[in-house]
Amino acid sequence: MSGAHGSTVTRLYVAGDSRIHRISPEVKLVAVFAVVVVGAVTPRTEVVAFGVYVVAALMVVAMSGIGLIKYLRRLTVIVPFILFAFVIPFVGGGEKLNVAGVALSVDGLWAMWNILVKAALGATMSIVLSATTPVTNLLHGLTRLRVPRLLVAIISFMLRYIDVLVEQLGRMRRSMVARGHDPRWLWQVKPIASSAGALFVRSYERGERVHQAMLARGYTGVMPTIASQRASINEWIAVMVYPAVCFGVLMLAVV
Amino acid sequence: MPSSSIEVRDLRYRYPGEHHDALTGLSLSVSAGERVAVLGPNGSGKTTFVMHLNGLLSMQSGEIAIGDTSVTEDHLREIRRRVGAVFQDADDQLFMTTVREDVAFGPANLGVTGDELNALVEQTLARVGASGYADRNPHHLSGGEKRRVAIATVLSMNPDVLILDEPTSGLDPAGRRELIDLLAGLDQTQLIVTHDLPLALQLCERSVIVSGGQVVADGATAELLADEALLAQHRLELPLGFDPSRL
Repeated sequence: MSGAHGSTVTRLYVAGDSRIHRISPEVKLVAVFAVVVVGAVTPRTEVVAFGVYVVAALMVVAMSGIGLIKYLRRLTVIVPFILFAFVIPFVGGGEKLNVAGVALSVDGLWAMWNILVKAALGATMSIVLSATTPVTNLLHGLTRLRVPRLLVAIISFMLRYIDVLVEQLGRMRRSMVARGHDPRWLWQVKPIASSAGALFVRSYERGERVHQAMLARGYTGVMPTIASQRASINEWIAVMVYPAVCFGVLMLAVV
Repeated sequence: MPSSSIEVRDLRYRYPGEHHDALTGLSLSVSAGERVAVLGPNGSGKTTFVMHLNGLLSMQSGEIAIGDTSVTEDHLREIRRRVGAVFQDADDQLFMTTVREDVAFGPANLGVTGDELNALVEQTLARVGASGYADRNPHHLSGGEKRRVAIATVLSMNPDVLILDEPTSGLDPAGRRELIDLLAGLDQTQLIVTHDLPLALQLCERSVIVSGGQVVADGATAELLADEALLAQHRLELPLGFDPSRL
């Protein structure tokens, strides 16, 4: 029953006590969101602005103490997008640029750069956020940002039970394999479909039992607030300097 | 530490769409501070019965009182504070992402907040021997640890009555012993639903056998367990070689 290994939920967090770790989750969420938005709305031709964003983002990564290797390894989630982006200059139309005998679309090259730099910036922010904030704190942050409690509760239950579900699925798979199930072709898919159905029914029943356990402890339809103290004004100001600088650079670039 | 008596009179219940009553006139009286084992085969109505005690199933016919408060819609909030239910699968009981939030869930629903809540959580975890578990993810606890934390989630509401459904199922021998020690040290009135007859003998002077939706035997645990014909009639069996008279 124990599943101490490979938990889906806590895997991303990198324990530490850096200045980035210590930022209150709600402040961190807002700052990350703001930086990503500023990055996303920056015109792709403002190369200098992107240069500043990238340098600033790398400084944040360094401050967080995640480690360069771990950071780069996690950054590989954007690889599928990059692969797609690399195709565009070859298939794009308009003005062509001759590079080593290959005609590349200028417009396509800009599109590639645009996807590349924005994806990397967004991914970097997500990596820093997820590596320096325990999931529970993120949920507290969402609550304090006035995200509806019910929504936060649903996310929290998903996080709590995803590992339980994965284990259940693993047990069902093992029991199929133990009885000689070795699917290779589409027409052998039936046991998988029925186990998905069984998993759904089990989850539904679990939901009912959890609800009863909640009622038994006085739940009346509103999740209680358990979160600790809120972030101070000073913290907000200190942290929001980062997105503010990015925004300032954007303004300087476009005006 | 408070504890309350339990009075159940002529409880009847039929699940929607069923043709048979799950409870067929169950009566039971437990005095304050008493620890009683509820024994019986699968499907005998034990769980249906205990789910009535804190109003999780609403009564169709009969009467239940915890101390001098009757279990009715009007008193549900108070009843649920006073009757702590620990379910069979601890994964159902521990639904938050940290142990701290799980232990805090009940008292927070009762309006406890801030430092008082934090102190209560620490204190309760210490009582079940789980200090230092507060920030762990419940999923990563062992079976025995989960069970003890599950008990902490109701102890934090300071109940007078504890209801435990199969508390030892799935525990290893050491986990089982630790749980027995914990339960033996609590002063609340306890109803322990179990198939684990040695557990009943060790913890409870008195046992009742529930079969066919009613109490069919009520007496000293040692005497009930010595009555082989009675046990066999209700699909109960002692472990091989276990002699209740030699404990």
